[in-house]
Amino acid sequence: MNDMSKYVSRVVKSIPPSGIRKFFDLVSQTEGVVSLGVGEPDYVTPWHIREACFYSLEQGYTMYTSNQGLLELREEIAAYEKRRIGIEYSPAREILVTVGVSEAVDLALRALVEPEDEVLVPEPSYVSYAPGATLTYGKAVPVQTYDVDEYRLRPDVLESCITPKSKVLILSYPNNPTGGIMHRRDLESLVDIIIKNDLIVIADEIYSELTYNGKHVSIASLPGMKDRTVLMNGFSKAFAMTGWRIGYACGHPDIIGAMTKIHQYTVMCAPIMGQKAAIEALRHGQAEMKKMVDNYNYRRKMILSGLREIGLDCFEPRGAFYCFPSIKISGMSSEEFCEKLLLEEQVAVVPGNAFGASGEGFIRCCYAASINNIEEALARMEKFLNRHKK
Amino acid sequence: MELEKKILNLIEHDAKISPKAIATMLDETEEKVKAIIDRLEKEKIIIGYNAVINWERVGDDGVTAMIDVKVIPEREVGFNRVAERICRFPEVRCVYLMSGTYDLSVVVTGNTMKEIAWFVSHKLSTLDNVQSTVTHFVLKRYKQDNFIFEKAEEDKRLVVSP
Ligand SMILES: Cc1ncc(COP(=O)(O)O)c(C=O)c1O
Repeated sequence: MNDMSKYVSRVVKSIPPSGIRKFFDLVSQTEGVVSLGVGEPDYVTPWHIREACFYSLEQGYTMYTSNQGLLELREEIAAYEKRRIGIEYSPAREILVTVGVSEAVDLALRALVEPEDEVLVPEPSYVSYAPGATLTYGKAVPVQTYDVDEYRLRPDVLESCITPKSKVLILSYPNNPTGGIMHRRDLESLVDIIIKNDLIVIADEIYSELTYNGKHVSIASLPGMKDRTVLMNGFSKAFAMTGWRIGYACGHPDIIGAMTKIHQYTVMCAPIMGQKAAIEALRHGQAEMKKMVDNYNYRRKMILSGLREIGLDCFEPRGAFYCFPSIKISGMSSEEFCEKLLLEEQVAVVPGNAFGASGEGFIRCCYAASINNIEEALARMEKFLNRHKK
Repeated sequence: MELEKKILNLIEHDAKISPKAIATMLDETEEKVKAIIDRLEKEKIIIGYNAVINWERVGDDGVTAMIDVKVIPEREVGFNRVAERICRFPEVRCVYLMSGTYDLSVVVTGNTMKEIAWFVSHKLSTLDNVQSTVTHFVLKRYKQDNFIFEKAEEDKRLVVSP
């Protein structure tokens, strides 16, 4: 085969391959795996939402929508965000429906970041932000968060990473992979720094409904922050709709307008089937969602107590559906631990360093799995640790 | 009361769940959960525990019928006396009082259709106050007590994802 790689653009080549991808290949070749390595709900989309999509297809809704998304959906989103975080966004000018939060992140970075601009990414971090910044010829700057702080972003650490080139701060809470959240006071402690340094915040709040014991607070709702925040949310996690590919961004019309410009020339619009389903989710999905969240909460407590019982240190994650325990007692690196655990006990968890260097020494365990699978995985991990404990 | 309801909800969906697991999920002690379950059992709030079994899979072709029963209610006791009598037959699985065109719905299981027919003609129809019966045989079970019979929905997700 010819080597065509010389044709691939330098910037794409400069992006390291995903640590998750590598591990995925390994897991796929293994039989009998109990997986806590998944990053999505274990629920299928609630039936009434699927059914609403069938109905829309029967009615012949198979066409493009406006670039911004169906007005009906944007109106529902506006009402939902008002309920969720108390902010009013104009459906006409301040909301854009996207192909998942994934696209919203990409659009915002492309709309905001110029070559050499710095994007501050608190780490451990979801895998998309840094490559997204690189693709716009910007520079992702990792900002460390620590397990002793329950992975909250500390103002002093943030401040120490800011340079004259800093332009965008990513805030992704509840956090993937750690399950950490930011309380109101934690967010408040960042506002002065953000304003003083003229930063724009990309707030990825896709896990916000999965906040346990208490209500999620959005940075956008703090004084002076609405215009500075590009708020992102989606249906994948809260409504178990990952495959539908529907998310959205809310923010100042200048920024949403710029994002819409890119969106209209690159994807045109989000798929109409997903948009129709999303309308149903927002109108009638609250009760099912609440049930799912209650069940995640049960499993969160099960896995946390189980991990601690088998000797792994873990702070209490208060959001999303991940635990992020330390594997220090094994004396292994994250990758070594995950590979051995997979080969010896057929349990899949994700190495923490797949989410940035600061995830080294930790693993991500997703508890969007059945209770039986969680218990089985814990039993196997216990055997594993008993063999390898230092 | 709230706690009791939460425990009942968990048990209703999975009777095998351990008191320890319930305690972890609800931030309570195992002892307290055990004590509450004991009491709920004694007070017959938890009436019993069943498994949902797909007998066909072990080659057992038992028959289930749902029988609509019309009853002449009795002074003072209404339908209760006859309903309670019907309950006593071991082949009867469920008895419900219904609104609508008949009075009692009776679910019966047996080894063969003949066995059930015999039960209806000899035992059920002959009870005083039973006016008429209509027997419907179950042909196939798709879902029972929350469980889908054929293929349980398998996990279709990728095993690892970001
Ligand atoms: C923090 C975070 N943001 C965004 C996404 C992607 O969401 P979507 O399915 O809406 O593209 C994920 C998915 O794992 C995520 O964990």
